[in-house]
Amino acid sequence: MMRLTTRLAALLALSGLATGALASEFQLSEQCPPSFERTTDNSCRLHSLYDQYNSLYGRGVGGLKTALPSRRDGFSPQQIDLGRFLFFDPLLSADNSLSCASCHHPDLGFADGRATALGVGGAKGHRGAPSLWNMAFLTRFFWDARASSLEAQMQGPLYAPEEMGTNPAQLLQKLNANDAYRAMFEQAFPNADQYITLDQIYTAIAAFETSLVSLNSPYDRYAHGHHQALSEPEIEGLNIFRSFVARCAECHTPPLFTNQQIAVIGIADGEGNLPDEGAGAVFNNPSWRGGFKVPSLRNIARTAPYMHNGMFDSLKDAARFYTLGRGHALNDKEKSNTVLHWHIWEPKLTDAELDRLVDFMNTLTDEQFTPAIPNKLPSGLKPVGALPPALSSPVARNN
Amino acid sequence: MALSNKIITTVAALGLLAGGAWLGQQLGSDNSATLVGDASRYNNNANAGLGAGTRLDATVGASGSGKTIDVYNGESIQAAVKRAAPGDIIRVFPGEYKETVYIDKDDIWLTGVIQGGKWPVLEGEHKLNDAVLYSGNNITVENLRITHYKGNAVMGQAGNNFLIRNNHVIDTGVYGIFPQLGKNGLIERNILSGIEDAAIYVGMCDNIHVNNNEVFANVAGIEIENTRHAIVENNKVYNNTGGILAFITPGLPIKTAYDIIIRNNFINDNNHVNFGAPGSIVAGVPSGSGIVVMAADQVTIEGNIISNNKNIGIVVTDHHSFSNITIDPESDPTSDQVAILDNVMFNNGYEPIKEIAAYKLANLINDDVDIINVGDSKDSCILDRGKYVGLGLGDYGTCNFSDTSGTVAYLLAEPAEPHPFSEEDKGKMAYYGICSGCHAYNVRMIGPPVQIIQALYMENPEGLAEYIANPVKKREDYPEMPAQDYLAPEMRLAVAKYMLGVDNQGRFNDPALNQNQ
Repeated sequence: MMRLTTRLAALLALSGLATGALASEFQLSEQCPPSFERTTDNSCRLHSLYDQYNSLYGRGVGGLKTALPSRRDGFSPQQIDLGRFLFFDPLLSADNSLSCASCHHPDLGFADGRATALGVGGAKGHRGAPSLWNMAFLTRFFWDARASSLEAQMQGPLYAPEEMGTNPAQLLQKLNANDAYRAMFEQAFPNADQYITLDQIYTAIAAFETSLVSLNSPYDRYAHGHHQALSEPEIEGLNIFRSFVARCAECHTPPLFTNQQIAVIGIADGEGNLPDEGAGAVFNNPSWRGGFKVPSLRNIARTAPYMHNGMFDSLKDAARFYTLGRGHALNDKEKSNTVLHWHIWEPKLTDAELDRLVDFMNTLTDEQFTPAIPNKLPSGLKPVGALPPALSSPVARNN
Repeated sequence: MALSNKIITTVAALGLLAGGAWLGQQLGSDNSATLVGDASRYNNNANAGLGAGTRLDATVGASGSGKTIDVYNGESIQAAVKRAAPGDIIRVFPGEYKETVYIDKDDIWLTGVIQGGKWPVLEGEHKLNDAVLYSGNNITVENLRITHYKGNAVMGQAGNNFLIRNNHVIDTGVYGIFPQLGKNGLIERNILSGIEDAAIYVGMCDNIHVNNNEVFANVAGIEIENTRHAIVENNKVYNNTGGILAFITPGLPIKTAYDIIIRNNFINDNNHVNFGAPGSIVAGVPSGSGIVVMAADQVTIEGNIISNNKNIGIVVTDHHSFSNITIDPESDPTSDQVAILDNVMFNNGYEPIKEIAAYKLANLINDDVDIINVGDSKDSCILDRGKYVGLGLGDYGTCNFSDTSGTVAYLLAEPAEPHPFSEEDKGKMAYYGICSGCHAYNVRMIGPPVQIIQALYMENPEGLAEYIANPVKKREDYPEMPAQDYLAPEMRLAVAKYMLGVDNQGRFNDPALNQNQ
């Protein structure tokens, strides 16, 4: 990497490529985002009311008053803020058209409102863009759980031809050619080499992603003891959610509303086929064929459509999937080849119960600490770049 | 009714290999001369909490230190729970109560009052999901008759120090008594029947005691799953499909089950037809199984009377051999360090499933088999193998310890407590977790800077705490603050003190990161 950056620097010096906005315009924040305390060593430490509870083995699963899983924090405020600029900058895509926020937009629950993600040049992705809220607590990334860190995860969308389509050399070249970014990276990584490195880029974006914390929903107020925070129908929904008839809480376990496991629930594509092998292929585990990571339900009301392939437009449809019967979506051949999770059965929920479940899932919405989109980027490009269709055109969703 | 079972399919396949290298090795192996285990294992057991002479319920259940709330026939138990404060006792008098009772508070004692032989009955009418759901710590549920619920009779999620005793659970759905993700719990003297999974199901817990219960006509009698430091003793377990199960179920966030003692139980006639839901793991338990150990470690089986279980008295197996099981790379699939001490076993295995019959044939065994091991089981032992007819136990050594009497209970000597947090810690949590979205130290965000709040309330944290609960609009140029009355009074005071005491050490937040520009 050093050799590459040195060569790049020489190239840049020769070609006079350095462009972009004035470095002095971009001063990184010295303050941590909401929920984070800045410690004397200039790192941001997360605090939450859930810190007052325990959880078995630090796994962060259980009932209402259960600690969250261990989290990633400790980034500096400058790294987090730098990550914010990078996150919203279309400079990171091959053709300067898409930023991370094009598929993870704050106005769409850090997802994109589409069934499957859209890439450079209109390329169509295979799976839906997941929400990025509360990434700090997760240990598995991508629907098929193939990455175990945010740094590893982001290299997927950055470099996939059907997503942002760039490559490491292009990424380094563009950022190193930008005086303002060079200055910002120096602020965020004061003791580092003078040239921007890939690791620094990954660290900054991961820092920003781990700052997206949503733990102050009406549900959370209820969990901390204010029982008036939820209405009677919402509490009824909570009780259905955690009952062992519906079994929702067995996998979408409070307080994060995921147990971070792989589950095979029998979602099919098309004619009852199961072409997406999910975690089964990644881990070479036939019993995980068709299995995907259990997603957190926090802010789920903001991130339609649902499932890895976005096949359900509404929360009610997604909830109804579970009550239509074990393996109902699969054809007989697929069913016999699929090890469905044992929690998938036939709970026979009524229509009214499905409505209450939706009522409850709506109580998991909290976007108080949504970060601001920068007004201006060091690249000079328009922040976010191409907007998700749901934001650019009211009728374009899902096309 | 998935009686055909992959476990046993594996066994059958092995049976066909009679004379093959692997089987030859198994038949020939005899590890009986090897002593296995520390002789003082149960005398020096660091995990054991209570000593002899201590009441088992010393550290579990509600305190009963508060007021008593009585509920009579025609009234609502849930209404009483809503009125109750920690420490309160809710007495439920005989009658029929058709409701789901949820307890999201600590230290609530829900007790039935039995008069003239009449019990309070919670009636689910096959419509309601669960009878009692609790998430609080130190919950007691006792003296209730619970019937016709679709889900569970008593389900706990993450409550510690629970006490569930003297209940009748009849024909009630999936599980009867189902504490999950809790630490330190006692389940005793309950009677449960007609449950389509496990009548008593302890899932992902620690420090558990299950004693003196009667469970019959269920699919599984008592299941200890992904749980550590548990004792199952003195229970009467009969006419279930499988009697007592110690499992690691894969795919769960808590990945282990170990340090489990199953002792002094009656485990008889567990020959009920399997009526488990298709796909459920217990649907793979063959009818007629006394004790099933699957992937759990350090399971010691002692002093049980195990009789008339037609398939097998004890089976020790693994994830590879059990039907419907997902392989979880994070869970060890084998049952290791299993110890079979003195038990009384009679007339088991007289009608084994065909796979075991084939396995017997391959091993030239004509007698009914009491104990079978399928798959690898490292460092396991049997105290006196001459007492039983065993199969697949060649690798088992001889146990170097003979009883578990040195371990009375794994219940904790002191109740499991939440994290001890100082007032300052709590104030800091609330400030950063909630208030910091609107208030920075010395810059304007959505609300006024903390410095201004300090100037107003410096000597008056109580006043600030009151304002936090009941804010009024003070400044024309700021939005009105929403009431933060969901924070408990002590939390409001803690955060008030924290905000008034903090100085500008750069610990506050950048408005640029939060405001919608």
